[in-house]
Amino acid sequence: MSKYWHVIGIGIQNTLVYRVNFLFRACFGLIPLMATIYLWRAVFRSNPDQASVAGYTLAAMTSYYLVATLVDMLTAVAEDDWQIAADIKDGNISQFLLKPMDYLTYRLCLFAAGRIIYTSVALAPVAVLLLVQREFLLLPADGLTAAVFAVSVVLTALLQFFVSYTMALLAFWVLEVSTFIFILFAFEYLAGGHLFPLDILPPPLLAALNFTPFPYQLYFPVSVYLGRVTGAELWQGLVIQAGWVIAGYALARWVWSRGIRRYSAVGG
Amino acid sequence: MDATSPASPPVAAPGCLRRYATVYAGLWRNSIVREMGFKTNFVLWIVVELLWFALQLCFVAVIYQHTERIATWSKWEVVLLMGASQFIQQVFTALFFTNCSNLSELVRTGRLDFLLLLPVNTRFVISLRHVDLGAFVNAASAVAVMVHAAGRLGLRPGVVELAAFAALCAAGVLIHYSLMFLLATVSFWTVRAQSIIWGYHNLFNVARLPDAAFRPGMFKATFTFVLPMLLVANVPVKLLADKLDAGWEVLLLLGMTAVCFAVSEWGWRRSVRHYTSASS
Repeated sequence: MSKYWHVIGIGIQNTLVYRVNFLFRACFGLIPLMATIYLWRAVFRSNPDQASVAGYTLAAMTSYYLVATLVDMLTAVAEDDWQIAADIKDGNISQFLLKPMDYLTYRLCLFAAGRIIYTSVALAPVAVLLLVQREFLLLPADGLTAAVFAVSVVLTALLQFFVSYTMALLAFWVLEVSTFIFILFAFEYLAGGHLFPLDILPPPLLAALNFTPFPYQLYFPVSVYLGRVTGAELWQGLVIQAGWVIAGYALARWVWSRGIRRYSAVGG
Repeated sequence: MDATSPASPPVAAPGCLRRYATVYAGLWRNSIVREMGFKTNFVLWIVVELLWFALQLCFVAVIYQHTERIATWSKWEVVLLMGASQFIQQVFTALFFTNCSNLSELVRTGRLDFLLLLPVNTRFVISLRHVDLGAFVNAASAVAVMVHAAGRLGLRPGVVELAAFAALCAAGVLIHYSLMFLLATVSFWTVRAQSIIWGYHNLFNVARLPDAAFRPGMFKATFTFVLPMLLVANVPVKLLADKLDAGWEVLLLLGMTAVCFAVSEWGWRRSVRHYTSASS
């Protein structure tokens, strides 16, 4: 579908405008990351007789946060949800109801374009950080792990997008979606593994979290990278992740079809 | 238009002080009326902030499942630190945060013209226009956490100690305000406000960590002497928990507060001098 390639092209040109912003964000984002890494290093220093804390060596723990940053850079939804909500509120989606263009695919293209630009801008500061921390950076055990990691990152990006898209569609019903987005984001932050690797939690809690989509929004690809899920568990996890992506897609479509029935073009 | 003159009305005479108090009371009234117009939203934002605070406490709880101490800090000392950091951050948010983040919008739309023409100090009115009342609720929850943590640590601070603690917290609020105001004026024309807010939120993350966790080096030096995040909450808590290595840390915090404020005033004056109205 060549028209969607055009959308990606336009999206790239539009987001290029914000490259300084992106660089600013990427650099500032490294500050809390460094702080967390130093904090863990202090924890390891405070327990000198133990080689590992909670099943992680210092290198594995540092790598966890570094790889999580990498995955986040590639997959996080930045402004897309705000824009979608604004499109609905301002009546901009009316034109998509008339054009032979699917709004979800259109937004997905813009999301992809945004990630391409963000990654290429943020790569420089992140690469510097990886270089500085290289003695603590573990590499994937083998080619297969790396390949599964790559697939899982793509699935993570899709899942992130569908979740944010569905949340933004709440704008059909409520005027102000930002609080809902922030509440969900708080849960993602904890249950997705942004704050700490989930397997340092008590096992029953981890088992409960595994029934939610949150771990598949960040934690799963990172633990694949670190080789903490292997064998049958690896393939099982990948299938579950794909399942969540399909469920997210179905939910997004369903909410859209419900929302569009309520929609009355304001302004437009 | 001579843009430097509005920054200069002296704030010394007692009559002048009373006038500013009256103006500020008016700004408070306005903010209350505005907030009460969106009650659901008001409550939801408090919920959002509480959730994020709870997240930070979860992080502490999980880390201390796997270690007894982080450097010299025990679990409840770190909880006390998180509470103090949240308290300072929320008081800062209540009084200054929205105002600082709105500054670049004022510049972009040219609405700053109107504020420059008001017969009050421009920095005063820009910095204190909106009061975020929800943040006071969150500050209260931070106090509750601090009281609980202090109880667990068996601390019994006297009136003098509490007053000193409050004064050091106020210094912390001033540091946050000066730095963010400076950030907002520096990026007058280049970066959109959203990035400033986002950027500053990252610094809060450093402020709630125990300083002893960081070894001397670039990181620690930067966040002590350039952006004194590791002083803002750490020094008041160390005073309260009797962890101060020496009195010079208190002096450093107060000194850095003065320096930050002076630098932000300098940056503000420079920026205003370069201001050319956008549209009107």
